[in-house]
Amino acid sequence: MAAPRIIVIGGGLAGLAAVIKIAEMGADVDLFSIVPVKRSHSVCAQGGINAAKNLKGEGDSTWIHFDDTVYGGDFLANQPPVKDMCEAAPGIIDLLDRMGVPFNRTPEGLLDFRRFGGTLYNRTAFAGATTGQQLLYALDEQVRRYESEGKVKKYEHWEFLSAVLDGNRVCRGICAMDLRSMEVRTFPADAIIIATGGNGAIFGKSTNSVVCTGSAQSALYQQGCYYANGEFIQVHPTCIPGNDKLRLMSESARGEGGRVWVPKAPGDKRDPKTIPQNERWYFLEEWYPKYGNLVPRDIATRAIFKVVFELNLGIDGKPMVYLDLTHIDRKILDRKLEGILEIYEKFVGDDPRDTPMKIFPGMHYTMGGLWIDFKQATNIPGIFAAGECEYQYHGANRLGANSLVSCIYGGQIAGPNAVKYARGLQALPDGNGVFEAEKKKQEDANSLLMNNQGTENPFRLWQELGELMTKDCTVIRYNKNLQQTDAKLVEMLERFRKVNLSDRTQWANTSVAFTRQLYNMLQLARVIAQGARMRDESRGAHYKPDFPERDDKNFLKTTKAYFAPDADEPKFEFEEVDVSLIPPRPRKYDAAK
Amino acid sequence: MANKSVIIKIKRQNNPTSNSYWEEFELAWHPGMNVISSLMEIAANPVTRDGKATTPITYDSNCLEEVCGSCAMLINGRARMACSALIDNLEQPVKLEPFSKFPIVRDLATDRSVIFENLKIVKAWVPIDGTYDLGPGPRVSPEEQEQAYPISRCISCTCCMEACPQFNEDTGFVGAATIAQVRLFNTHPTGKELQRERLSALMGDGGIQECGYAQNCVEVCPKDIPLTKAISEVGGAVMKQAIGDLFRR
Ligand SMILES: Cc1cc2nc3c(=O)[nH]c(=O)nc-3n(C[C@H](O)[C@H](O)[C@H](O)COP(=O)(O)OP(=O)(O)OC[C@H]3O[C@@H](n4cnc5c(N)ncnc54)[C@H](O)[C@@H]3O)c2cc1C
Ligand code: SF4
Ligand code: SF4
Ligand code: FES
Repeated sequence: MAAPRIIVIGGGLAGLAAVIKIAEMGADVDLFSIVPVKRSHSVCAQGGINAAKNLKGEGDSTWIHFDDTVYGGDFLANQPPVKDMCEAAPGIIDLLDRMGVPFNRTPEGLLDFRRFGGTLYNRTAFAGATTGQQLLYALDEQVRRYESEGKVKKYEHWEFLSAVLDGNRVCRGICAMDLRSMEVRTFPADAIIIATGGNGAIFGKSTNSVVCTGSAQSALYQQGCYYANGEFIQVHPTCIPGNDKLRLMSESARGEGGRVWVPKAPGDKRDPKTIPQNERWYFLEEWYPKYGNLVPRDIATRAIFKVVFELNLGIDGKPMVYLDLTHIDRKILDRKLEGILEIYEKFVGDDPRDTPMKIFPGMHYTMGGLWIDFKQATNIPGIFAAGECEYQYHGANRLGANSLVSCIYGGQIAGPNAVKYARGLQALPDGNGVFEAEKKKQEDANSLLMNNQGTENPFRLWQELGELMTKDCTVIRYNKNLQQTDAKLVEMLERFRKVNLSDRTQWANTSVAFTRQLYNMLQLARVIAQGARMRDESRGAHYKPDFPERDDKNFLKTTKAYFAPDADEPKFEFEEVDVSLIPPRPRKYDAAK
Repeated sequence: MANKSVIIKIKRQNNPTSNSYWEEFELAWHPGMNVISSLMEIAANPVTRDGKATTPITYDSNCLEEVCGSCAMLINGRARMACSALIDNLEQPVKLEPFSKFPIVRDLATDRSVIFENLKIVKAWVPIDGTYDLGPGPRVSPEEQEQAYPISRCISCTCCMEACPQFNEDTGFVGAATIAQVRLFNTHPTGKELQRERLSALMGDGGIQECGYAQNCVEVCPKDIPLTKAISEVGGAVMKQAIGDLFRR
């Protein structure tokens, strides 16, 4: 029997972890990625990766890691896979260590660990302030090794468009587009693994990278995959607003004593340093005297929103507040925070040691994603998923430094399961018809866009989408607004038909690729908005002032959206959450749990 | 500050074989602009300074925080990353050109995959036995970590290669970044295993001997990687191995 052929889409941590496992099992892998895999979004992760190695004599354990994760996620995650992940985490760190990741070390030469949000333990391994970059490079190097042995073939600058499904709705391969020649082609495979990351671009500006559009996930949802818990979107309280993206300002700035404030007088235009203490409002310290500036992410974010949007006290009337480090000794700042202060200096041009930083919450992470079972399989046979694009590990809210571990773990589970599935697969009886049909469908979609004579500029339509979703679908949610959001999305999908590409050439046409992604973003945005509309409770990152409590009786359930092609809209089902290991209890960070 | 504008001149080329041409754009100034955010604005309103409708500019980008290595181009003649190039710090008109030593894909996008090929040639990886749970890695002192980490931050942007006088088709020189990676892996306790092979790959034409120590590479490296130090250390090791091989023959 020929070795099974697996296609992996996405070369971030999840995709690369899957590729390595598959190659190791002797199967052939084709690896597709929009950007060269070494340039994937995973390089952006700064803080670190969690594993209960208990190297600090604190009595940490994988069970406590598991409990922290489930509790932090407000009990919405299925517990058995989370437990397995936490148990595998120490081994994953060891593996990364063997691959040469330059983790920070203790004087004895052992791995060093730091503390992150949502836990009382030093559980986060880190490599300077660029942990994600270092982990991705380690996996990238191992994949390059397999590539040079001929076991992996890379298709970089190729974009996944759709899955090829046979008459029984079993996946037989993919349809993809060469982003240079614009050629649309199909590729047969016995199983495919989707590892296409997050969907920040739906919110316009976010902390995510440019290619994190969720387009692949949306395409699959429109082909029949369930999309789960889409309404759970994590917003990080401290980001640097920018014209092009919101750059993360790590929690450690507040950990080292950073204070958040706004001028008491609305629209105060003075240089912040000249504003006297008694004319500054340290609202987090006033509202949360116990935790002060170090309240959890969702609470800090909501407080900033309230100050800016309800009280209209943003700096200079704009959506920004100060994060102030100027009272701290320069030498201490340089020793402890240099990496992140450099980002501020480089991109804003001001020195945060001298002048307070201007920050605002930004969309950061999607807890929701493709629905998968405990083997990382979606509901369509032959399609697996791993990484931020799936929903399994973080429930209603992700803890800091848990994503990197879930990506690698998910990839390591998806890879072998895809091979196992592929080995048991019956060959496709009736030749190429399904491939030709899918190719034609996607080519037609392209030529429709190319020839469209409308008035809508796709990049401007996207800006509108981002503003809409950020305003009503992130931090504070009201049913009325969510309903209006969905109506506007329908309107925008209508306007999309009149989209006009200013570029109609057949070579490296970024407008075509982007416009296709935009359509998928609009479709997925409806899943997010409607999912949020339906969930009348507050849980983790999802907060409705009209329903401020968690409601386990009605909503301890996974939201599962599926696409109804005839109606051209999402339909919803709800699935019980597996809480068989830890009974749900109230989530409160103002007391020990 | 009001009504200030920004003039950007862009060298364009529709495909790898067509002729290049220049287009000029004028954008309204606002605080915090960088080269990529300006290119995004042009995409949303692709009209040149003299009012001619045109196409959005093709360029590479992803992270927008100078860590993915995608957006390298010549900005006012200097090899650097576009996402961290703040407009306020640039002389106007801002001149954008694609890298000159790599095949042009379109406009500002170039094919820089040669760096990934070079990393294969020098086996820039740690040869682990497998991904099974085989216990922790070797102990590494904080001092060793502090040596390795800076080199490991290389984002494969190829700025050092664009700026290097020795990097061109004639020499086939691998470039500073790849040599620095050899330094990284040859000092890793397990990576060392492949030390000889890596050094051999750097001997002969296109190898480390091509370097003229002009130091242009260090000056443009956005990650301040100690390139000349790495080159001289690896150069020494290559020399030592070459002499050793001579006597062993
Ligand atoms: C600024 C920032 C800091 C963070 N810090 C941390 C941290 O400290 N700790 C932590 O645990 N988590 C952190 N996270 C979260 C974490 O970085 C991500 O969740 C994680 O890296 C996602 O990895 P991934 O493998 O799922 O996808 P990605 O790394 O996003 O990779 C996606 C891949 O899919 C490809 N792709 C996408 N669409 C297509 C398509 N249609 N066709 C072909 N290829 C496609 C891309 O080219 C890419 O290769 C951070 C996130 C951000 C934004
Ligand atoms: S020192 Fe000079 S010749 Fe050598 S790699 Fe750097 S730029 Fe090139
Ligand atoms: S050494 Fe510096 S300039 Fe060269 S590729 Fe690496 S980061 Fe870029
Ligand atoms: S976009 Fe990643 S380095 Fe500039």
